[in-house]
Amino acid sequence: MSEPSTRRPDRIRAIGLLSGGLDSTLAARVLLEQGLEVIGLHYSTGFCMNDHRRAMARPEEDPKRMRNEGLRAGADLGIPIEVLDAGEAYLKMVLNPKHGYGAKANPCIDCRIFMIHGAAGYMREHGGHFVFTGEVLGQRPMSQHMQALRLIEKECGIEGYLLRPLSAKHLPPTLPEQLGWVDREKLLGISGRSRKEQMAWSTTWGISDYPQPAGGCCYLADENFARRFHDKRLHTEPEQIRREEMILLKVGRHFRLSPRVKIIVARDQCENQFLSRFDLPGWRFEALDCGSPLTVVEGEPDEDLKILIASITARYSDRRHEPLVEVAARKDGVEERHLVPPVADQVLDRFRL
Amino acid sequence: MNAPVEADEVLDTVGLYCPVPIIKTAERIRKMEAGRTLAILSDDRVILIDLPAWCRSTGHEYLGYRQESAEYRLFVRKTRASARTR
Ligand code: SF4
Repeated sequence: MSEPSTRRPDRIRAIGLLSGGLDSTLAARVLLEQGLEVIGLHYSTGFCMNDHRRAMARPEEDPKRMRNEGLRAGADLGIPIEVLDAGEAYLKMVLNPKHGYGAKANPCIDCRIFMIHGAAGYMREHGGHFVFTGEVLGQRPMSQHMQALRLIEKECGIEGYLLRPLSAKHLPPTLPEQLGWVDREKLLGISGRSRKEQMAWSTTWGISDYPQPAGGCCYLADENFARRFHDKRLHTEPEQIRREEMILLKVGRHFRLSPRVKIIVARDQCENQFLSRFDLPGWRFEALDCGSPLTVVEGEPDEDLKILIASITARYSDRRHEPLVEVAARKDGVEERHLVPPVADQVLDRFRL
Repeated sequence: MNAPVEADEVLDTVGLYCPVPIIKTAERIRKMEAGRTLAILSDDRVILIDLPAWCRSTGHEYLGYRQESAEYRLFVRKTRASARTR
């Protein structure tokens, strides 16, 4: 790789990952305090909760929980933000991470490598001098212990040019520090899981508008999502999994009925509309003459499973207290009708993901 | 909010959700000359928060929006400060 120039430039340009959370915001702020030019990169991974809330477009949703936090932080800091679509390459990494998953479906080490690698490319292309992140030594069990920080830097191919301003004093000096581009004395020495020091700095700098809880906006780190995600990986070849299938994991109630058949039952009108926008090839079930969830089917159910799917759909319809409910099953212009009792919850729980 | 009637260029992002409209806006603005105005059409109400934030961050001028039934028409003028926008 061609390293950035080590000659003392007139203006130092730092390229940073800016999620919009408190840590990345503070990291950018630390460098702005030193008079550096800072450019923020905000990755859209397809797993951000705010983005999904927005796509659901619930009228009662607080707009603050749907806004792009990277743009908001960039505006507050007065720095330009480049929003980058992580795209298919990110999905490929998520489905097959070299360094494995954390406690949920979060491939945090590979995710950091992916983003920092991208930032390094951006730095080379746009004349940046180094890359920075808001990582804090010892804050996260998987990706922020000393060994992981070293590994990430090494695998990104920018050894020496990756600065973590919040924990810099606990880490060996980087080239930007050694070359005098950044004053090490003015960098911070934060470590560990307590966020007290970050809070104190946020008060000092008047930073109050950031998402809560920290790190809580990634579906990959969400327990419910992770269960569905790992079920998907277990039953589908990772190479065959498409982006839309990941989107569907965020919506509705999921039931695995057999190794080859899974259903998604919408929870409300918004989810009905959301699911109906997808051009899915399988069967769709709906209870007739009442408010009904849309149930979409992945895989080809046999007759017994169709009856089970109809009774699950009936269970979540407005006629769930009636002994028998008529449910329509549609696919490719064909319609079947099933008269079924709503399924009992004890039965349902066996299949729930 | 007062918004201009005419724009030099129009970008239709109806049906697209964040961050695609912002990515497309950035791409289009990059190709425009300073002083020209872009109208962005969107049906995503949160763009009313994100686009002004993007303008504050990049230095372009946010000129306001008009609501046209379920859609919004937002206006941005490219400024010279766009040295800050790649
Ligand atoms: S929590 Fe999600 S976004 Fe954050 S590092 Fe892990 S995988 Fe990446």
